[in-house]
Amino acid sequence: MAEAIERFVPDGATVAMGLALEPLIPFAAGHEMTRQRRRDLELVGPISDALFDQLIGAGCVRRVTAAWVGNVSEGLGHCYRRACEHGIPRPLEVHDHSNFSISLALWAAAWNVPSLPTRALLGSDILRTNPGIESKDGLVHVDAVQPDVAIVHVQRADAMGRAHAWGPLGISEEAGLAAKRVIVSCEELVDASVTLSDPNRILLPETKVVGVVHEPGGAHPSPVQGYFRRDHAFYRHYAERSRSVEGFNAWLEEWVMGVSDRSSYMKRIDVDSIRIRHQRLAAPADFGDE
Amino acid sequence: MSDFTPQELMVAVASREIHDGDLVFVGMRLPVLAYAVARNSHAPTARGLFEVGLMRDQPAGGFLGTMGDPPNVAGALWATRMSNVMALMAQGEVDLGFIGGAEVDRFGNLNTSYVGDPRRPTVKLPGSGGGADIAILSRRWVTLISHERRRLVEKVAFITSPGHGDGSPGWRKRNGLLGGGPVAVITTLAVLRFPEEGGEVCVATVHPGHTVDEVLENTGWDLKVSRDVSETSAPTEAELAAIRRFDPDGFWTRSSVTKG
Repeated sequence: MAEAIERFVPDGATVAMGLALEPLIPFAAGHEMTRQRRRDLELVGPISDALFDQLIGAGCVRRVTAAWVGNVSEGLGHCYRRACEHGIPRPLEVHDHSNFSISLALWAAAWNVPSLPTRALLGSDILRTNPGIESKDGLVHVDAVQPDVAIVHVQRADAMGRAHAWGPLGISEEAGLAAKRVIVSCEELVDASVTLSDPNRILLPETKVVGVVHEPGGAHPSPVQGYFRRDHAFYRHYAERSRSVEGFNAWLEEWVMGVSDRSSYMKRIDVDSIRIRHQRLAAPADFGDE
Repeated sequence: MSDFTPQELMVAVASREIHDGDLVFVGMRLPVLAYAVARNSHAPTARGLFEVGLMRDQPAGGFLGTMGDPPNVAGALWATRMSNVMALMAQGEVDLGFIGGAEVDRFGNLNTSYVGDPRRPTVKLPGSGGGADIAILSRRWVTLISHERRRLVEKVAFITSPGHGDGSPGWRKRNGLLGGGPVAVITTLAVLRFPEEGGEVCVATVHPGHTVDEVLENTGWDLKVSRDVSETSAPTEAELAAIRRFDPDGFWTRSSVTKG
């Protein structure tokens, strides 16, 4: 992970993450950016469940282009509030979206057009605060948003970057297609014979993927269908600790800055309490051709 | 009658807004429980839609902290991308949506973005999420909110999710908004309803143990009261049993309504 972030996420980059909404959030990638002290990032996403709040609190972020930033089961994002209200640890620019409009902004970039029209956001003040969304001729036009890099966490991938993800996908596909590059982190690194046995399940074209990181537990505390439940207590703990600047900084030291990598982090988690044990397998699909 | 919390009452009332056969944009928190209750009683053929990219019929078999939790995916009718779910809503296929809010005004407009000047807000709220999309595109929608003067305000500082706009007749149609807008505001004290043609909200029922005066005192404008105002029906034993089955530890129904 350290190498992937070092090579593909420079200071000032526009980074799309948390694209499946609450599941499959690439926390390990975000924590590595924090350890490498990235600065001036623009974060792009739909609903961000705590990861954006952490990066904002760590001072890595210049702008957020998203529909929602907070802690889904606990409420407000305390670092997000401090940055917007008091410029702590630094001022933050916000480009507000709805879930639908951020999806359209990414589809516009994916299809290489300047904007896409929608009926969503008519009558909303989001039109007043986001310079990239305007109302014209009875429709709302959403300007393209192109990430430099999209980071996705998936259940399994091969070394060529073919990622299998399942469960709800949120805006993962449009974000990956819109981005110049994609980094994949995965629970399991598998042989190409596994991924290619089911090409419908491959999330994004391998031509976009510049890095594959085998990072078991890389989405904790978010859930991974078939692997991990959501660690609700961890989100609650984070919400409580991040209420004050001092509390957040101590949390960051304990769980990010003072941790060398994801495998050390996972040793401190009660993995057994969140591991999914009962299989619920899909029927195989027959790709026979003769 | 057994005891119940304000949140349990709100869930029961919200569940009654779901009609059998409805396609419901469920969202998060209390509405997830309301959907489960409705599905187990009067709305056995309703379907739920979640912007994460899911459609379900049966409520999830386990506790949900978010709509994307594994129990909500197992047994789904459809697991897909968000834009596919939005396609259904953009076509007017979603009958009912639920939206939470930090502030609501007399015309049902919701603010989940900024308190104060957006350039230097006194409070930065999390944002729209799918709220604005539901408010504009679903056929009808309902808000759940804690009944406090600072939350029920005469005019919201920022319209994240438009209700009936400036309250003038036909405001939504004139501005091109697809759906019919908010039909009810369910609070910790009362149920407020909008006239069928939109406009200004009015007290329809007051929750057991509360009074009209208390409702008015906790509202930031001169709230209208229906001539036939009555008491909100308490949750039935069956509704309470369903709520407690889907929220066994009281995560959503035995702590504050608006977390954070």
